[in-house]
Amino acid sequence: MSDAPMTTNAKTGWMIMIAVVVLGMILAWFTLDAGKVWVTSETVTFSQVGVDDQATWSEGAIAGAPQVSWVVATEVKPDTVGATLSTNRTIGVWLAAILTLFIMSFLAGDNPFYKTAESIVIGVSAAYWMVLSFWTGIVDKLLVNIIPDTTRAWAVPGLPESAQFNWIYLIPLVLSCMLIWRLSPKGGWIARWPLAFVIGTTAGFRLLSHLESDFLLQIKSTITSLYVVGADGFQFWPSVSAVVILLSVLCCLVYFFFSMEHKGVVGKTARVGIYVLMVTFGAAFGLTVMGRITLLTERFDFLFDDWLHLL
Amino acid sequence: MLNYLRNLDRRIVFLLMGLAVALPILFKLSFPEPVPEGSQPYHVFDQIDNLPDGSRVLISFDFDPGSQGELLPMAMGFTRHCAQKHHKMYFMCLWPLGEPFVEDAMNIVIGQEYPDLIYGEDFMSFGYKPGAEAVIKNCIVDMKTLFITDSRKTDLNKIPMTANIKSAKAMDLIINISAGDPGTKQWVQYAATPAGIPLVAGCTGVQAPLLYPYIPNPLKGLLPAIKGAAGYEQVLIAAYPEMGAADIVDSKYSSKAALQRMGPQFVAHLLMVSFILLGNFIYFYDKKGGA
Repeated sequence: MSDAPMTTNAKTGWMIMIAVVVLGMILAWFTLDAGKVWVTSETVTFSQVGVDDQATWSEGAIAGAPQVSWVVATEVKPDTVGATLSTNRTIGVWLAAILTLFIMSFLAGDNPFYKTAESIVIGVSAAYWMVLSFWTGIVDKLLVNIIPDTTRAWAVPGLPESAQFNWIYLIPLVLSCMLIWRLSPKGGWIARWPLAFVIGTTAGFRLLSHLESDFLLQIKSTITSLYVVGADGFQFWPSVSAVVILLSVLCCLVYFFFSMEHKGVVGKTARVGIYVLMVTFGAAFGLTVMGRITLLTERFDFLFDDWLHLL
Repeated sequence: MLNYLRNLDRRIVFLLMGLAVALPILFKLSFPEPVPEGSQPYHVFDQIDNLPDGSRVLISFDFDPGSQGELLPMAMGFTRHCAQKHHKMYFMCLWPLGEPFVEDAMNIVIGQEYPDLIYGEDFMSFGYKPGAEAVIKNCIVDMKTLFITDSRKTDLNKIPMTANIKSAKAMDLIINISAGDPGTKQWVQYAATPAGIPLVAGCTGVQAPLLYPYIPNPLKGLLPAIKGAAGYEQVLIAAYPEMGAADIVDSKYSSKAALQRMGPQFVAHLLMVSFILLGNFIYFYDKKGGA
């Protein structure tokens, strides 16, 4: 937010806007049932059939067998038989709507509401990624291979009984510890070894696939017949398309050819290359704008439908 | 008047753009969306539809809520199409926040519209795996060294659909819905090109120009942004009119979601073109000394 103090007019404007929005929300709650979500609940029970390696879970309650149950809530229309108001989901919709409005308020100028929403996004994202990396990286990849029995009992019940200690996973464990060494005040150079390993393997890993799909395959796709013949004989527009693609590629290549001065035929060809590039950038920009409008449409859809029930 | 337009407050532009998008939504405005024969939605449709019923299809939801406006309609469209054809659907995602959408595709779209399909026999989910292109590479070589269990933590050897699958080479088609990296580019580089598996994709508008060079080889079809999704929905409903039934159109994941979003798109584009023309008119007027 700008450090400059707000003018009295700006303060008044913001106060009026906040008052209107809050009043609108109260009105929407009572007249439109804004944000209210109704659900029907169903308890699902599974029973264990068989033991040890042969154990499977079957839907339904079997007397004497170990069982697990949980409640499945399905979102329904308010007039559905047995529908109840879901407090958790209603709070969720209201939070999402309010945070959407906070973010959109940036269009009127930087303000504390926008800053609050921005901080929440950053905080939640950081925490989410930490938890996710722990479960999908450390547990799912490392621990299941180093201490499979403990991991099965603690976190991954579906881990096959055949899963055994795999010594090769000690290598990434050691490399990870070396990488964390960077945080230590002494011996920071130790982190360079795993870093070098990561850079080397990534470069090697990507080189071949890039050569194949982005270089050789692209050349192959450009060298096609300019005289396209289909089942019905000569095809005019596909032939035009093939000629345009070939000429565009050649002109763009000439534009990026800097060993020769761009004069005469070379200069004119390079000029056409620039036009081709401009058309490409225009198409890219147009598609980007379309994407951004869709994002706005989706948010309005949420506000009008899920929150205000106007649709 | 011209002076006012020359110094037009950008907030007025935002307000007009907001109205251009909001009003068509509120009044449910829609316009005809012609899909030319031989265009990309047809290519994508044919790739899925021409497979024999019950073929194996790997569907990767590589996007998050930030791009759901563009990609969710086509993701649900792909799911409906595969379910309609009784293809075996193997869901996965390279983006962690793609997993809730996979669950919605299985629980809401398949669960409510195709209740006869059974988890583990007709569809299943590998869930999310970190590692981006390394995950794709592993899928092509040996899936079970990477995915030990499905997303519900069940041993893959105990799931009928995966018990006899060694790698993604067993798939008849890969469908990728992509919002960036990792996404379609990586599926092209590490799966479609080296393993020769047919690949179709749906992507955001930002990505589309970067992916067009991969058409038609190895990318067999591409749905660029919401326009591509709307075309695909149109082709899908024309081929399977039951998908246009009122209850499916009105469901949470409507079979016409993308078509409905083209109305606001049309009005917003008109407004933008008007602004560009107006801006140019004022520029040239001033240049000629009309100010």
